[in-house]
Amino acid sequence: MIAPFYKFGMFNSEVSLIVAFVIGISFGFFLERGGFGSGRLLAAQFYFTDMRVFKVMFTAMITNMIGIYYLAYLGVLDLSLVYYGYTFLSADILGGLILGVGFVVGGYCPGTSGVALVTGKIDAIFYTMGGFFGIFVYGEVYPLIKGFVNSSYMGLINIPQLLNVNYGFILFVVILIAIAGFTAVEWGENFMAKKRSEV
Amino acid sequence: MTIKNWFSHHHEDNVQEDALVPKHYWNSYLVGIGLGITLMLTFVIMGRGLGASGAMSTVVAVTVDEVAPNHTENNEFYKAYLGDGTESPFKDWLVFEVLGVLFGGFISGAIAGRNKFMVEKGPNITKRKRFLFAFVGGSLMGFGAKMARGCTSGQGLSGAGMLSVGGWAFMLAVFIGAYATAYFVRRQWI
Repeated sequence: MIAPFYKFGMFNSEVSLIVAFVIGISFGFFLERGGFGSGRLLAAQFYFTDMRVFKVMFTAMITNMIGIYYLAYLGVLDLSLVYYGYTFLSADILGGLILGVGFVVGGYCPGTSGVALVTGKIDAIFYTMGGFFGIFVYGEVYPLIKGFVNSSYMGLINIPQLLNVNYGFILFVVILIAIAGFTAVEWGENFMAKKRSEV
Repeated sequence: MTIKNWFSHHHEDNVQEDALVPKHYWNSYLVGIGLGITLMLTFVIMGRGLGASGAMSTVVAVTVDEVAPNHTENNEFYKAYLGDGTESPFKDWLVFEVLGVLFGGFISGAIAGRNKFMVEKGPNITKRKRFLFAFVGGSLMGFGAKMARGCTSGQGLSGAGMLSVGGWAFMLAVFIGAYATAYFVRRQWI
């Protein structure tokens, strides 16, 4: 096993910041290419008129899953050294709900608001100021809610571990769900486009 | 679908100002593969995923620390972003990654000729109201992202992309929250 490279000490933390910047460029580039700098296109996801958020995110997740699975299978990547966020189930769900409301009200999420900001979207300035304010409010109320947000801790756990089934099997199921989902949203987009052209 | 469609330019797209039109964007599945490979390389090189809201938290924590150092001293949330004081909190992986995101987004927009000052909104709402919505939405997003310990990038793309239990619970909750609210803010977008 040679990866993750950083965890195997192939470069130090100073170099990792350069790596971060380069990876960030690629991330930001693809977000903008996909139309994720446009609040209207992002919000359209929630009116079924443009499903790019679903398509891009699901494709990206599956691409990553397949790559990671193969690299682990080939013995290149040590999965036990890969960190992908601890699960605190209650806080993940409530935080997700609040964030979802914020998504459709504000038009962006933190990453996409950055892309919107640098491509000249004036509303993204207000969104970003709101983001800072929301984090500040969270910081201020944190002492009061830390009991809740630290509850239902499950550690670093993935779905195959939770269900005690093979990673490859779950991957296969997720790919099937994705194919069904892509087919459905392509049909849905055409349906909505026809409906609008009739009005 | 041919390669040509992926890079297709629809000149008629720009005719109607108010219509919702994807202008020259790449095919969503192609973009998804590009993002997925970026994400995979991040895991392979760094052993961690992508993020965004964490960098914003660093900015907030440092600002609060500047104004009221005693206040952050007693708050575990802020302290987590301030480090041990031996190095600048901005010498942080996510901070540099987000700087890259800003740079990469700008480059892509510049190449495509999409960088221009405008307000993203539907035709039925004023700019001032849109700004208010943007601020309120951003606040909810900031709060929610901190509660979930990650946003659509960290918990969603990266967590769910590794089949994390919390990541999937989070993503489902995001879509439920957004779809449940969409009807009430429809005048802003459509």
